[in-house]
Amino acid sequence: MHPVVEREQLSPNVVRLVVEAPRIAKVRRPGQFVIVRKGPGAERIPLTIADNDPEAGTITLMIQAIGASTTELTGLQVGDAIQDVAGPLGAETHLLNAGHAVCVGGGVGTAVLLPIVRALAANGVSVTSIIGGRSKEWVILERELRAVGEVITCTDDGSYGRHGFVTQALQDELDKGGIDAVYAIGPVPMMKAVAEMTRPYEVPTQVSLNAIMVDGTGMCGGCRVTIGDETKYACVDGPEFDAHKVNFQELADRLTTYRSFEQAALARQADEDAKGACATTEVKA
Amino acid sequence: MTDAASPAPAGGSDEGEAKAPLSNKERMAIGRVSMPEQQGEVRAHNFGEVNLGLTYQLAMLEAERCIQCPKPFCVEGCPVRVNIPRFIKALRDGDMPAAAESLLSDNALPCVTGRVCPQESQCESVCIRTKKGDSVAIGYLERYVADWAQGNLDKLPNHIGARTGKKVGIVGSGPAGLTAAGELNKLGHDVTVFEAFHAPGGVLIYGIPEFRLPKDIVQAEVDRLVDEGVRIEVDAIVGRTYTIPELRETYDALFLAVGAGLPVFMDVPGENFKGVYSANEYLTRVNLMGAWNADSATPVLHGQRVVVVGGGNVAMDAVRTARRLGAAEATIVYRRSADELPARKEEVHHAGDEGVVFKYLTAPVEVLADENRWVTGLRCIEMELGEPDASGRRRPTKVPGSEFTIDCDLVVVAIGTRANPLLTGSAPELTVNEYGYLLADEYGMTSLPGVFAGGDIVRGAATVILAMGDGKKSAKAIDSWLRGEWPPTDPMAPEAEAAATPA
Repeated sequence: MHPVVEREQLSPNVVRLVVEAPRIAKVRRPGQFVIVRKGPGAERIPLTIADNDPEAGTITLMIQAIGASTTELTGLQVGDAIQDVAGPLGAETHLLNAGHAVCVGGGVGTAVLLPIVRALAANGVSVTSIIGGRSKEWVILERELRAVGEVITCTDDGSYGRHGFVTQALQDELDKGGIDAVYAIGPVPMMKAVAEMTRPYEVPTQVSLNAIMVDGTGMCGGCRVTIGDETKYACVDGPEFDAHKVNFQELADRLTTYRSFEQAALARQADEDAKGACATTEVKA
Repeated sequence: MTDAASPAPAGGSDEGEAKAPLSNKERMAIGRVSMPEQQGEVRAHNFGEVNLGLTYQLAMLEAERCIQCPKPFCVEGCPVRVNIPRFIKALRDGDMPAAAESLLSDNALPCVTGRVCPQESQCESVCIRTKKGDSVAIGYLERYVADWAQGNLDKLPNHIGARTGKKVGIVGSGPAGLTAAGELNKLGHDVTVFEAFHAPGGVLIYGIPEFRLPKDIVQAEVDRLVDEGVRIEVDAIVGRTYTIPELRETYDALFLAVGAGLPVFMDVPGENFKGVYSANEYLTRVNLMGAWNADSATPVLHGQRVVVVGGGNVAMDAVRTARRLGAAEATIVYRRSADELPARKEEVHHAGDEGVVFKYLTAPVEVLADENRWVTGLRCIEMELGEPDASGRRRPTKVPGSEFTIDCDLVVVAIGTRANPLLTGSAPELTVNEYGYLLADEYGMTSLPGVFAGGDIVRGAATVILAMGDGKKSAKAIDSWLRGEWPPTDPMAPEAEAAATPA
């Protein structure tokens, strides 16, 4: 069992959990992920490891409540435990050793980006992070990113920072020049837009792909993605790839495979929550 | 769930003594029993076990058919060298504890092998009775005795050896790993098994479906090993969580049995459309993650018309699973003819009874999909058989202009696996062959001293029993290694190799 030792609500649907996983904390490298299974009968969910503390034996997970299973995980409180945490999985991020990097994060992608930004800064790379969200409350980890580099925030509604998408801010940075690498992590349309934007500038661009996975060790092939002319497995060959070679259309499409199941599961969950609320009311009455 | 084997009546052994022994002529006159099974049209819609197990009367009748050859070929035909006449004799005598003890001393997982071994190409194929009719139903009898043993462990002696203080690490908890774990623990060594998934059992849990090998049977076999002192660490991925060099520092010997791993796809256009699964993914979702249950948190696509590409046991498991998940049409597409099907005969026969359609001499050329990239069909081409290839089987070649389409909404690819590079990648000193499989010597030792390997990661995709044979053979070699007797004097190793003809 892996107890939750710290919990923080970062945005309306993103939670930061610090969980005990001593073995993984000891060997984890930036860019790697774990597969967690909350308990018997639960789904296996891949989650990027945002941070590790080998001394304390803990790892940090940033979880966005999207489906029923991630909603269950974000509901965990300090003292609760996750039954299975397997990893670290995937290849480590290929990091610049010098120069200037722009890191673009959207939604929970910003959380996945944080360890990369920190590792780049530790390498002596100057980093500009461009992060965004729908509105102010959806912009996360600005303070942490600012501690290690420059940060540009963007909101779709203009309630905070620049008004507009992260890609517009990226365009300005590209026009300024002097960028040695771009790291982009977020929703597939955002990563696709970043890839298209950096392509004419020939700036090496890396993205982290959130493909559907079961085992995370290359055994099921569910996470297969097309990179250039080749089929690769996001779990063992990735999760990070050269953005200019990724078939984003196919990835976006494969991510919709279980949409109807996910909607049904969420509806079931809402139903149960409603029943739970009634029961509580009855007890009180 | 499975029906437990019917228990022997309390007075069983007395009855056996009271009867006069049959003559060989009388034994030869008894016909082979049939395995009671769920009716095809019924079982095609449930996940309950297909074979129900022999009754006590049927088992005793079948046991009488064994003529107790002085030089039994059946034992030679068994990759783990089960002393078949010995346990059948004890069964015939009504001495169930003796039969169970005999079987368990030879075979760490008899409930499993009694269900999934290809007996018709191993022990039963060389049974002397095949010269004049049907072999003794060794597999059925093995299952009968093993199921009795599982329900009566308290009646069996415990043969765990004195502790040696030596530590052995086993990577992978499939049939090879569990067999080696059981043997090494019995020999007194401290055994820790590392499993990448959250549950032990390997292919017995994620691959072979409930209707062929109930998961509570596998769990009981695992529980027995744990009760005997074997430690199992789940969620431990060797090559990621731990490395081989690291484990070598902690353990006096290692046994690598991680299985074959990576699924092979067809390499045809369209295979990344939604509705194309590897058999590994399809079966793992259904078996390990429980997606056969509609309330499961893990989803699986339920095809109405399902095509499974391949002709092995995994293909049969996938196509029969598809029927049970509600597929009105479930079709096997296989590029050779019925004669070359690598699957166990019983699985092919069971699939046919359950309404599975077999398209022989057919190969996939393209997956078709609608505008939303959901699978709508599999474009195929007819094949004909030419000259034998390197495997000795006639090589299939395409018949020009014979393309046709099978309409379907799900395609499951079951054409084999490749070596998973996660483990070997973490220890470059391990020598692998051109396919990435580990090279091991006649005793199962790899290029690293004290590191042994067996099962599919050495053989490529094979069978449960061959993996178990490797586990048993390597356990004996590891024991010799730990005792400083090298090379091993035990003759088991070369013998087992000779018997290990691919099924």
